[in-house]
Amino acid sequence: MSVDTATVAKIAALARIKLSEGEVAAMVPELNGILAWVEQLGEVDVTGVEPMTAVIENKQRLRDDVVNADPLTGGDNRDAVLANAPAAEHGFFGVPKVIE
Amino acid sequence: MTDLTELGVAAIRDGVAKGDFTAVEVAEAFNANVAAAQEALNAFIVATPEKALEAARATDAKRAKGEPLGKMGGVPIGMKDLFATKGVQTTAASHILEGFTPEYESTVSQKLWDAGAGMLGKLNLDQFAMGSSNETSYFGNVISPWRRKDGGNAALAPGGSSGGSSAAVSARLAPAATGTDTGGSIRQPAAFTGISGIKPTYGRCSRWGIVAFASSLDQAGPMARDVRDCAIMLEAMAGFDPKDSTSLDMPVPAWEAGLSGDLTGKKVGIPREYRMDGMDADVAASWDAGIAWLKDAGAEIVDVSLPHTKYALPAYYIIAPAEASSNLARYDGVRYGLRDLPDGAGLQDMYAATRAAGFGAEVKRRILIGTYVLSAGFYDAYYTQAQKVRTLIAQDFKNAFTLCDVILAPTAPTAAFGLGEKSDDPLSMYLNDVFAVPASLAGLPAMSVPAGLNREGLPLGLQIVGKPFDEQGVLNAGLAIEQRAAFSAKPEKWW
Repeated sequence: MSVDTATVAKIAALARIKLSEGEVAAMVPELNGILAWVEQLGEVDVTGVEPMTAVIENKQRLRDDVVNADPLTGGDNRDAVLANAPAAEHGFFGVPKVIE
Repeated sequence: MTDLTELGVAAIRDGVAKGDFTAVEVAEAFNANVAAAQEALNAFIVATPEKALEAARATDAKRAKGEPLGKMGGVPIGMKDLFATKGVQTTAASHILEGFTPEYESTVSQKLWDAGAGMLGKLNLDQFAMGSSNETSYFGNVISPWRRKDGGNAALAPGGSSGGSSAAVSARLAPAATGTDTGGSIRQPAAFTGISGIKPTYGRCSRWGIVAFASSLDQAGPMARDVRDCAIMLEAMAGFDPKDSTSLDMPVPAWEAGLSGDLTGKKVGIPREYRMDGMDADVAASWDAGIAWLKDAGAEIVDVSLPHTKYALPAYYIIAPAEASSNLARYDGVRYGLRDLPDGAGLQDMYAATRAAGFGAEVKRRILIGTYVLSAGFYDAYYTQAQKVRTLIAQDFKNAFTLCDVILAPTAPTAAFGLGEKSDDPLSMYLNDVFAVPASLAGLPAMSVPAGLNREGLPLGLQIVGKPFDEQGVLNAGLAIEQRAAFSAKPEKWW
């Protein structure tokens, strides 16, 4: 499988990365080089093989159902959460208007 | 007085404890080396001499009161700028996180401070840890302190992604540094600069507070001058953390106390598929030397097969970008980091402009690959197929470990290459991780130790891969090599 400029432009839109026409054109052969190389995985007989889900077997834990059990990752941290926001107003993240 | 910056972790810890010198003296000596090398090597993104001094003063005060100093008491270290450090800029070497100042501390860095270590600064790296040469950092290339002995002064790569870490430790700017390894990012830079580094079993070190690249692969580990120093620092870094859902709920072994270079009764596997056509003659010779050293240490050498080796890199370059494209979706110009809001732009335009301005070329390339292989219609052909191949690669190791205790292989196919030599060709750069990536895909502990110099006078590393949770076996085989390789070379100071 290989990609063309339209496909690269579509992927870039999905990934929310603005690319100029020139950047899209430059990316096409680069991605095709990488994709042609990974195609060799198709040679491998994977009949009956399960896809890897956990590289080291581990139990999934549930935390205790307690509010703010770990104060570091719990709530009541509004100021810390907003501290690095490019635009924080009135205790909220600021974004451009989304409703006309 | 001895030059304190020639000392490693154990020597500093023991010297401070005995009162041969103070922790403040050590911190001052390394702070001076950091400052003097910054312009030439660019190993640090931010130096934090006052943090190093603050921790050192605390250690000296504890000693005065007769309190225990901790596993890393009095040892200043470099912190890869992928670990969130409270109040100190954390960038992942990206523009999109420039100025980001975490409100919290990563688990691993907190454990190190709790063990008595101090921070010399935040180390440069490949942007979001994506690279093998440290040429993708927004904050400029790290220059290896090593040079070829041909009399030229071509700038060489310190390896990547932990290139600031490797350069700093080999140039004596830090006795040790943290690294992270997703597909070789601790081992390959360690090999390129003549130092030791270990990636533990996946889950040993908490990922909480480490900027995520590929979550099923990312593991933190120490980079230091020798095996003992790695063992000490790994003990301080490892341990269960409920804040990381893949953290291993297991006790941390006493790896330093368990060190032994006697491999009597141990079996060392030599994977035949790693002996590739056209292999670098010096790398092949160092591998043969490693085999002889381990035999001399009492081990039995056995031939093993890892038949899916050639598929590890292509599988990695589907899985890692796929995970990266998901992980890096968080950089949206809303919650932290850069925002690029063109005039009149809406929310979607802001996302796209911010990410265009904030990510470097290699990061964009990997996000696009990841987005493509996860997109509707291609997911099974690429991503599911790669995860099945990953199962087979892990099975290869499981089969091999029925015949041996550890596996010995080169760390990288070549010694350090020159900056710019591979940066125009992503594929040739990716191929430098051919020996490192399989152990990452299988989540296994793996370490690189220096084996010697090649004909150009550049370091070569040997890699030991162990069974899950058997960091001790890996460290011990590394120690057996270290004792016999007697590697004492260091870069001649030119900076």
